[in-house]
Amino acid sequence: MSTNLVLLAVLMFAVTYPSRALGLLTPGLDRLPRIAFDYLQLVGPAVLAALAAVSVTVVVGDNDVPSFHVGIEWVAVFVCLAIVARRRNLFLGLVSAVAIVAIARAAGLAAIPA
Amino acid sequence: MSTIVFAGAAQFAAVGYVASGLAWPGIILLTALLNARHLLYSAALAPWLRSVQFGRRAVMAHLLTDEAFALSISHFRRIGRADERGYWLAAIASTFIPWNVATLAGVLLGAQIPDPARLGIDVIFPAAMVGLAVGLITGRRELVAAVVGAGVAVAVALASSPAIGIVSGGVVGPLVGLLVPAAAAHETAPLGTEASAEHYAMPGTVHVAAGAPAPTEPPGSPGAEPPAR
Repeated sequence: MSTNLVLLAVLMFAVTYPSRALGLLTPGLDRLPRIAFDYLQLVGPAVLAALAAVSVTVVVGDNDVPSFHVGIEWVAVFVCLAIVARRRNLFLGLVSAVAIVAIARAAGLAAIPA
Repeated sequence: MSTIVFAGAAQFAAVGYVASGLAWPGIILLTALLNARHLLYSAALAPWLRSVQFGRRAVMAHLLTDEAFALSISHFRRIGRADERGYWLAAIASTFIPWNVATLAGVLLGAQIPDPARLGIDVIFPAAMVGLAVGLITGRRELVAAVVGAGVAVAVALASSPAIGIVSGGVVGPLVGLLVPAAAAHETAPLGTEASAEHYAMPGTVHVAAGAPAPTEPPGSPGAEPPAR
């Protein structure tokens, strides 16, 4: 990593840290009304599901235009979801997901991302 | 970058943008957008961690990632109270150290792997996120929030950018989840109850037996007063 990229990393930290710290360091957030606390309890499932859905279904091309993607990753993530829901075993879910994608790509049944 | 920024998605994006020659202001703006979701995590953890000293909370903030959030909030719900040591374990032992060690290993050994995409490693991130989300779903409100959050995120991401989509899903999903009437929420594991401990227990572990004393709650803690749904 060149010295220039260290500076870039510092700048990236400078725009990332405030969003991480604002909630934890702002006084009074612990005395939220019930409805706000209920809202925050739902943030975790919503953001994590959003991250997963966007990672699997949206691909940004060379022209920076997002496009809808359908692929073996859908099957892999669904299998992981089912395993975690039924067995509560995230490790087994992850191993299964990776195996599905690796086998499908090795067999030529799925495209390899650029 | 893994130590200073410590944000996987932003790092992946930044490396790609640097390689493609995008100007720094663009990279920094995209980083800010991509990591804006941490504001939601931070606010969600605040009621649990209010008793922690300010300086330690400032350090906790730097270590707040998707994984640290999901692991620690599940743990807090399981035991019905905040656990500072649990947060450090989730943030440092299971995320910060492995991430930096893996980054170093990638720098030193990555060239030995001719085509990492063939191994399917790229699916680990979405699979882990969906698995962690499933772990946080204990009723219809969470389920609705997750499904709507995912749908909104994809729609907005396709119309604008993935970063904006993720934040939109994270904001709108919980709003719609709150519309589920309390009577229909079917909360199976209210916070601080034995059912919650059972739901969030790791496979093969033994939770507090029925009739045993419940963990003590700090006055006014989120777990002290299970939500009336």
